[in-house]
Formats: sequence, C-alpha cells, structure tokens
Amino acid sequence: MSVLLIAEHNNKEIKPFTFNAITAASQIETDLHVLLIGNNCGDIAKSLSEMSAVKKVLHAEAAHYENYLAENFAPLVVKVSENYSHIVSSANTFGKNLMPRVAALLDTSQISDIIKVISPDTFLRPIYAGNALATVKSTDTKKCITIRPTSFEPCETSGGSALIEKIEAAAEFSLSKFIKREEVKSDRPELGTARVVIAGGRGMQNGENFKLINAVADKLNAAIGASRAAVDAGYISNEHQVGQTGKVVVPDLYIAVGISGAIQHLAGMKESKIIVAINKDGEAPIFSIADYGLEADLFEALPQLLEELNKLNTIQR
Amino acid sequence: MKILVAVKRVIDYNVRVRVKEDGSGVVTENIKMSSNPPDDNAIEEAVKIKEAGKATEIIAITVGEEKSQETVRKALAVGADRGILVKVDGIVEPLAVAKVLQKIVDKEKPDLVFMGKQAIDDDCNQTGQMLSALLNWPQATFASKIEIKDKILRVTREIDEGLETIEVNVPAIVTCDLRLNEPRYASLPNIMKAKKKPLEVLSASDLGVDITPRLQQIKVEEPPKRKAGIKVTSVAELVNKLKNEAKVI
Amino acid sequence: MPREAMDYDVVIVGGGPSGLSTAIKLKQLDPELNVCLLEKASEIGAHILSGNIFETKALDELFPNWKELNAPVKTKVTKEKFLFLGKTKSLSWPTWLLPSVQKNHKNYIISLANLCRWLAKQAEALGVEIFPGFPASEILYNEDGSVKGVATQDMGIDKEGKQKDNFEPGIDLLGKVTVFAEGCRGHLGKKLIEKFNLDEGKDPQQYGIGFKEIWEIDEKKHEEGMVMHTVGWPLDNNTYGGSFMYHAENKQIFLGYVIGLDYKNPHLSPFDEFQRFKTHPSIKNIIEGGKRISYGARALIEGGLQSLPKMFMPGALLIGCDAGTLNMPKIKGSHTAMKTGMIAADTINYHFKHRDNLSVYEKLFKESWVYKELYRARNVKPSFSWGLILGIIFTGIDQILFRGKLPLTLKHKHADHETLKSANEMPKIDYPKPDGVITFDKTSSVYLTGTNHEDNQPVHLQLKDSNLPISYTLEKFDEPAQRYCPAGVYEIQRENNINKFVINSQNCIHCKTCDIKEPSQNITWVTPEGSGGPKYGNM
Ligand SMILES: Cc1cc2nc3c(=O)[nH]c(=O)nc-3n(C[C@H](O)[C@H](O)[C@H](O)COP(=O)(O)OP(=O)(O)OC[C@H]3O[C@@H](n4cnc5c(N)ncnc54)[C@H](O)[C@@H]3O)c2cc1C
Ligand code: SF4
Repeated sequence: MSVLLIAEHNNKEIKPFTFNAITAASQIETDLHVLLIGNNCGDIAKSLSEMSAVKKVLHAEAAHYENYLAENFAPLVVKVSENYSHIVSSANTFGKNLMPRVAALLDTSQISDIIKVISPDTFLRPIYAGNALATVKSTDTKKCITIRPTSFEPCETSGGSALIEKIEAAAEFSLSKFIKREEVKSDRPELGTARVVIAGGRGMQNGENFKLINAVADKLNAAIGASRAAVDAGYISNEHQVGQTGKVVVPDLYIAVGISGAIQHLAGMKESKIIVAINKDGEAPIFSIADYGLEADLFEALPQLLEELNKLNTIQR
Repeated sequence: MKILVAVKRVIDYNVRVRVKEDGSGVVTENIKMSSNPPDDNAIEEAVKIKEAGKATEIIAITVGEEKSQETVRKALAVGADRGILVKVDGIVEPLAVAKVLQKIVDKEKPDLVFMGKQAIDDDCNQTGQMLSALLNWPQATFASKIEIKDKILRVTREIDEGLETIEVNVPAIVTCDLRLNEPRYASLPNIMKAKKKPLEVLSASDLGVDITPRLQQIKVEEPPKRKAGIKVTSVAELVNKLKNEAKVI
Repeated sequence: MPREAMDYDVVIVGGGPSGLSTAIKLKQLDPELNVCLLEKASEIGAHILSGNIFETKALDELFPNWKELNAPVKTKVTKEKFLFLGKTKSLSWPTWLLPSVQKNHKNYIISLANLCRWLAKQAEALGVEIFPGFPASEILYNEDGSVKGVATQDMGIDKEGKQKDNFEPGIDLLGKVTVFAEGCRGHLGKKLIEKFNLDEGKDPQQYGIGFKEIWEIDEKKHEEGMVMHTVGWPLDNNTYGGSFMYHAENKQIFLGYVIGLDYKNPHLSPFDEFQRFKTHPSIKNIIEGGKRISYGARALIEGGLQSLPKMFMPGALLIGCDAGTLNMPKIKGSHTAMKTGMIAADTINYHFKHRDNLSVYEKLFKESWVYKELYRARNVKPSFSWGLILGIIFTGIDQILFRGKLPLTLKHKHADHETLKSANEMPKIDYPKPDGVITFDKTSSVYLTGTNHEDNQPVHLQLKDSNLPISYTLEKFDEPAQRYCPAGVYEIQRENNINKFVINSQNCIHCKTCDIKEPSQNITWVTPEGSGGPKYGNM
C-alpha cells in the first residue's frame, strides 16, 4: 500500500520540515502521496507535485482550512486514509498536535518522533529525552508516524510531475476557533528550534564579551546559548541555558565557545548534528564530542570567524 | 465546573537514565520516581481555576502501577479534591490510557480535562489529543496561558513559530506546557490532609478497556557515543569544513 | 505572619537508621504516641550513603522477625580479604590475624539506603508520619531555654531572600521531645552541641570523608558475599584512610574509599586519591570491563567515645552519627545508630511515664552494648595519628592481645580544620588525568548522583566572611575547598586577572565536608529548599 504524508504550510509556502518528512516517508514506501489541506493554496499543490519523491497530491480546499486546527484536519485525514498503510507527518508542533487525533480515530497506536526507518513496520525513536533509543515494531494495520525532522535530509524539490487530485473537504468542527498567531518577530530564532546555535561559556569572562557571539550569531542567523557556568556568573540570562537543567537543543550546527563541556552541558546539546568547539584548553572535555575542534583563544577566533563568514558568498539561513 | 487532571509517575528528571543490559528497557529499580513535570503545571492550573471560584471540584487520576498512588497523593496535597488510580502493570500505550480516561470521563462528566503535554519517559505526546478524538472534544495543546470566559476557554499555545491563540468550547481537553505557571509546593499540613482524601482504585478490566500494547518494544539501547572528530588549525579551515564538508552553513 | 504550628509528642529530625529506629521503637512501646519524622531528601534513602557491611544486632532487637518481613538484608559475607597496597604490589594479611572487630563473617552486605526505605515502610505502618522533602532548618526554644521543636525550611525564596509567587512558609513542629538524628555533622546538632555545651570536657570531634561508587562488573570476576579492605597506596604513611570493596547482589560491587579529614597537605584531593586508587592492579583487574553506575560521598564521624558529646539536653536528644556513635575500627555506625535511636525511644517512654527529665538516656546508654563496643574501640583511631605502621602495631596489641581493655585512653588532639599546613610547606600532588573508563572527573561523577537544587534560592553554603577565601585561604592553603569538596562546588575563577571564589551550590551532595574541613570554619552548610541534593538509589 501507499504512504500518505500530511503537508505543513501556511497557504503561501511549504514549511521546511515537510521536506524532511517527505524523505522519511519515502523511505517507508516509495509510493508516497501528499495530502494538502488548506485554503487558496493551489501554488503549494503545484510545488508539491514537482518533488521527485511525490507520486500524487491530494488537495482539499475550504475556508475553514485557512488556519490549521487539528479538529478540522483530522476527520479529513481519516477519510482519506482508507487506501494507505502509513500516515506520516513531522514531529513538530504541527504534527504532534494532529497525528494523535488521527491515530485515535483510526484506533492505532502512534509511533512518535522516529529518527530512523528500519523497515516499514519497525522504527527507531528516542525516549527519555534522547538518553535511550527504542526500536519499536507496530502490529497495527495502519501506522501513524511522526518523524524527527533533523534526523532526515530535506527532499529534492524538483524532478517530479505528480498528479494533483482535488478532494472534497470534511465538515467544520465548530467548537474550536482559531483566533490569532503571533510569530515571534525576534531578530533571532528561538533557542529550542534554531538551525544553528552558538553558545558561550565561562571562557567569555564577562557579559560584555557576548557581543562577539552576537555578531557571529547575526551572520549565521543563529540562536544564542550559554552554559550554566556563564548563566551563574551573570553573563547572560538563564533562558539561554543549554543543558540538563536548561534547554535541550538539537540544531544542525552547535558552536561551543569557551565552554569546557561538563557532562551536564553535553546532556543538552550532544544530539546536535555538527558540533564545533572553540577553546584554548586543548584538554577540555568538549573536544571529545566535537566534530571540529579549534584550540584557540576565543577573543582572537571569534573576530576571525566573523571575517571568514563575511568572505562567503552565501550562507544558509 | 469539574476538572479532571491526569498525572503520571515517571523517573525523576534529575536522575540519569540507565539502559538495561539485556535491552529490555531502562532500569527503574532503586531509582527515584516523581510526577511528570508538566503534569504539575496541569494540577497547578486546575487549582488556580478553583481558587478563582470557577471550578468546584478537581479529580486527579493516574493510570499505572500501584505505586503511582504517590503521584495522585501529591496532586491531592497541592489541591485536588479526590483521586483515582486505574491499576495496570507493564507498559500502557497512550491510546490505552486515552481509552481508560474516556471511560472515566463518561462516568465523572468533567467539564475540562487537563494533563501535561508530554511524559518525559516515553516522550510520546499523544494522550491528550487521543482523548479529545475519542470524545470528539476540542483540544488545546501545549497551553502556556488559559483564560476562562463562561463556557469558553481562550488558550495561548506554544508553537514552533511563536504563539497561537485559540478558543475552545467547554468541555475540552488542555495539555499543559511548562510555561503555563509555576507549580506550588505542597505544604506539610496539606500533605497530611491529602492522606485522608478519598482515592478510588480501579482496574482497566473493571472499566472494560483492552490495554494490550499494539507496539512491540524490540529493544532499548544507549544512544551511540559521540566520537571526537578532528582538530582544525585555523578559523579559515573551520569555515571551509563547515561549508564544504559538513554543509551546514 | 505567624507560622502555622503542629503539635506532636515526638518530633524526629532525620530519616536515617537512627531516627527511623527511634520512631519505630516509640510506636512499639506506645502506639498512642504522635510521632513525626522530617527528612530533607526527596524520599527516604535518597541522602543515605554508606558502605555497607551491616551487623544485625540492633535490627534483631527491633524486628526479631525481620527475615519474614522481607528486610533488604540478604547477602551474607562469605569471604574476606585484607590487603596492604604498595604502588603496584599488594600484600594480603591473613584474616585470622585481624582483630575480631574487623571480622565480618556474621554480617551482611546491604544497601543502607534501601534498608532505610524498608524501615520507613514499617514505621508508616505503625502510624509514624514521615515527611520527606522537609528539612528542619531551625531549632525552636521554650522560654526556659529547653528545646520546643523545629521549624521547617521556607520554600519559594529567591536568591536575594525575597518571596517568590509560590512562596510557602515553613511550619513549626512542636514536640514534647525532639530527637535530632541528622547523621554526621548535622547542622542543627552542631548548634545544640554549642548551645548546651554538650562537648564540654571531650576531645575535639574527628571526621573522615567517604566515597562510594557502585559498579556492575563482569560475572566471572564477581563473588557475591566477598568483602575486601585495603590500606596503604595511594595514601602516604601519614594520611589515615583505606578502601572497601563489597560484592553485593546483581553483579554489583560497592567500591569506596575513606580518608581521615585530619590530613595535613592542602594539596591533597580526596576525590583524586580515590580515583587513583582504582588504577591499582589489584582493583583495576576487578572493575575493568565493568561499568560505574553510581557515585556519591558523605562525611563520617570518627571521634568515638572520647569525642562523644552528652546526648541529652532539656527537651531533646541527639542520637546516632549526629552525636557520633560510629565504631571506627569496624567502620560501622548503622547498628550503633539504630541502637542509640532505640535507647532514645526507651528514654522518652520512661520520661513520659515518670515525668522525669531525659537524663536516663545516659544511664541506658552506658548499660548498652553500644557503649561497650565504643569503649573497646576507643584507642584505634587516635593511634593512627602516629602513622599507618605504628597505628597498625598498636591496634594489633590493643585489639588482639588486650581486646580493647588496655587501661589507657588515647586523646584526639586537634580538630580536623586545624591540621592543614600551609600550601608552600607541603608537596604538590600531581594526579593523573581521568581516563573516563576506570577514573573520572568530578562533573561526570556528580552527574550520576542526580543532585539538583532549585536555581533561584539563597546559596545554602554560607560564608561568614566572603573575602576570606581569596584574601587568606587561597594565599595560605591554595583554597583547599577546590579539592576536598567531592562535587566540585567550589572553584577559583580567574576573571580579568582577578580571582573570584565561585560556589556552584546546585552541585552540592550534602556530604558536609566543607563545614568540617574549612581551615577558618568560614563555611557553614545550612539546609537548602526541601528535596534538593542527591537522589541516591541503592547507596
Ligand atoms: C563511605 C561510608 C561507609 C560506611 N560503611 C559502613 C558500614 O560498612 N557499616 C556500617 O554499619 N556503617 C557504615 N557507615 C556508617 C553509617 O552509614 C552511619 O553510621 C549511619 O548512616 C548513621 O546513621 P544516622 O541515622 O545517624 O545518620 P544518617 O544515616 O546520616 O541519616 C541522617 C538522615 O537525616 C537527614 N537529615 C539531616 N539533616 C536534616 C535536617 N536538618 N532536616 C531533615 N533531615 C535531615 C539526612 O538527609 C539523612 O537522611 C559508613 C559511612 C560511610 C560514609
Ligand atoms: S559543598 Fe560542602 S557539603 Fe556540599 S558537596 Fe561540597 S563539601 Fe560536601
């Protein structure tokens, strides 16, 4: 049977995690169909149909799909699901909100936040905040799955020409109402979801010096993190703290500057895809988990880093 | 208004989790257990609502082994009026928990059901949404602010892009984020009083719910240890590697 | 705002073996009594760390049917070894030549934390009200100066001492008698000793710091029931200490090290001595291929009879290691703690029935086997102030030939905080870097303790003079807190060429060493918010 992926978008553009979810879904089963639920989102249907992994796009339009509410989406997903063995979405706040509602209506036990497809019915997923990995096998005939976006590469956005099939909308759920969405208009991404995090530790020596980090963060569109030591020393406020008692982050790139790498800090960032450590103490434990280590005085290295980044023509955002 | 709050007993968040050698799960013997942190926020919010005169009764419920009573008692100590333990052994999947809760909702007829947005053990993040599906109720997940106006709840939700506000009609399910409030401490006199509050013990079979797991846990393992990569000698080399080798900038 | 108060017949502070035994015995003597017990840990047992080879003498008296009641006392000692370690060699001492106090064939290898959990269950079944997560932070007195009870710690106070939204005031627990059972260096016990001059005419108290790790080892190397002690390397002849290794159930071994806090060299790091000790071939061979699953540390009280303060005062009793009833040559204090707890219950019962004051405690104590044990053991620890070799020779004569009946009593001369020599007089010690397999650094060790303290609360390690660590202690002793603290709480941080004394109080594992060893007694350990501190499992 085929796999059905639920696209996340805002009627104007596709949300990036959908690309990762498409990759994961196509690893389960190559006959991948995408369900697009929205309002005036024809352009998105077209973009989806152009992705090489996508074999068919199911497109439902209605005014009550303008803003995403799980209560409105779930019945339609359930209706469409009849012909599919798997229903997939990303494990971000979109998919986490929607998929369990679908799963319960289908009476299947959901598999959340998978990081690897082992076989069409067996998956790897982190439990205990990533401190253990569980291999789980589903015995349900229909499988509802959410995928951890950072564990899968984004898919190709071209090379395909899938059929777009218009489908009928489901009825509106009148007991819930969308009021508003306030996108945080901070100049910086949020620590918990940023693609790049640059974090400073006690090596920064004072709060003032964090401006060196800010400058690089601006350039990389990175969120700013800190070790507990830096927070305790008063260099930066505690909402920046990464670690066991702070935030757990899983960015594509984590740059640790002047951070020794106490295990309590590592607990909060060791799942990052690429870790860079800049520290003048070559023995600092952070180097034992860093993909790229630079043994250097951060007060020289950070300005140089900014300079080198300025030389680049393009920087991923 | 009557509020049902679902709570779970989990390994304390400060305790380092250890995987069993035979891969059958994680070690829970000799390990400190506590209530699931966002469940504390759920209880706190219910108590605040009651203190504001907008709720009349709070029932704390857990689905778990005998010892989960502790977690219910803790909820009673911070302000829940009575407790329910639905006794089960072994792993209960969120779908099964949702089915159990559905039965309890049918019986108790609460106006609101609160719970934490996610349990820090299995990290599933499903139960609340599943329960709303089974009941066909509205769901307000990841709530960081709740305002009540008559029969309508205005809920601010923590989403990836920032904040979203929705309104849901009562009865409804709310799953709570850690940012919702700061849970209070249980005071000594209240802990004493909690010991005397009623706690009903039921079993899943009493309720006629089939809780057989649908997922087989094949193995549990430690995540692979990260290995040290390479040392670069200059910033230029670092940027070059990040751009062309790791392709992350 | 006046605090709420609750009245009890007996209020017990501390849920270790001593306090729990008092609670149980009280209810056995008179089920009508209202008894409550406060414990600062998040649950009973979570702050208990001990070897532990357990002598069942007191438990036999408290629960003659403890086996039927399924007490977690299961692994009998079956084999015993005693080694003198040289740097690479070891010399095994024939066990028949060990003083009988150091023989263990009737004893059990247990987790004292789990025994306490079990005792707490028995106590609750008898109607004792147990409140984990509630430290007693303050002693309350009547107008006549007698002890009236204790107050629990306020919760929800921020760093600056202001009330947070979730502020929850502490409450007064008033007891006709209050029993202090906080274990070694109890912070209220310390105040009582001072206020009532309980240590008048006694020698200064002596302490040690004990480390413990639990390892899961290769089945082939595991011999359930086997116990081994060592002395010697890596400590020099002048530093008192030694190790223990107990093969417990489930392929686990309890591996530990105890060092006398009367050590002289401020460069010495007890933690690193313990780590280095594990690299000795006779230890490494056993743990190699195994996995360390727990870590912790706790001070022990070693002064014995010469330093034992008076244990009663108006309205209160001081029992177990809070007073100092550990038997040093045996390194056992659990059975004596339990027994002194039971004597406390007898005393209180007598006091309630006869309206007498609490001084019968002294009489009952002197008549008990605890006193006899401690009397026989009294000369062992002080003899080691002459060094390991002489100490062993003397102990051999004293314990084997005279069975502790030598007609002399050696004295403890100095308190432990007085023994450090200045840093420049003493050799620096170069400790090997941890390898992450056999030896570890402090932070990854602390990680295993599960310790935590709510961030925004006043620092619970108080400095009498906040300048002293830099202006004096660093200068003179190279600030030994950096090294004696087993949790890396104290650091000297150089910032823009200025030295700063940093206290990472959230890491504290409540061992009390700083309160004991700080050369100027400048650090005072006070109770943090309830439930803070380690979350030990089967320590
Ligand atoms: C490394 C090591 C090895 C040892 N090995 C052995 C051995 O093999 N055999 C043996 O018999 N003994 C051994 N001991 C000694 C034994 O552990 C102690 O003698 C015994 O624990 C003392 O019991 P206690 O009840 O007096 O105090 P503790 O066991 O210390 O208990 C005190 C309790 O009170 C609580 N508390 C303290 N202050 C407060 C407060 N203000 N408010 C509320 N609660 C408070 C503490 O958290 C703790 O739970 C060892 C000790 C150590 C450190
Ligand atoms: S701060 Fe003091 S009591 Fe706490 S762990 Fe360190 S030495 Fe022990």
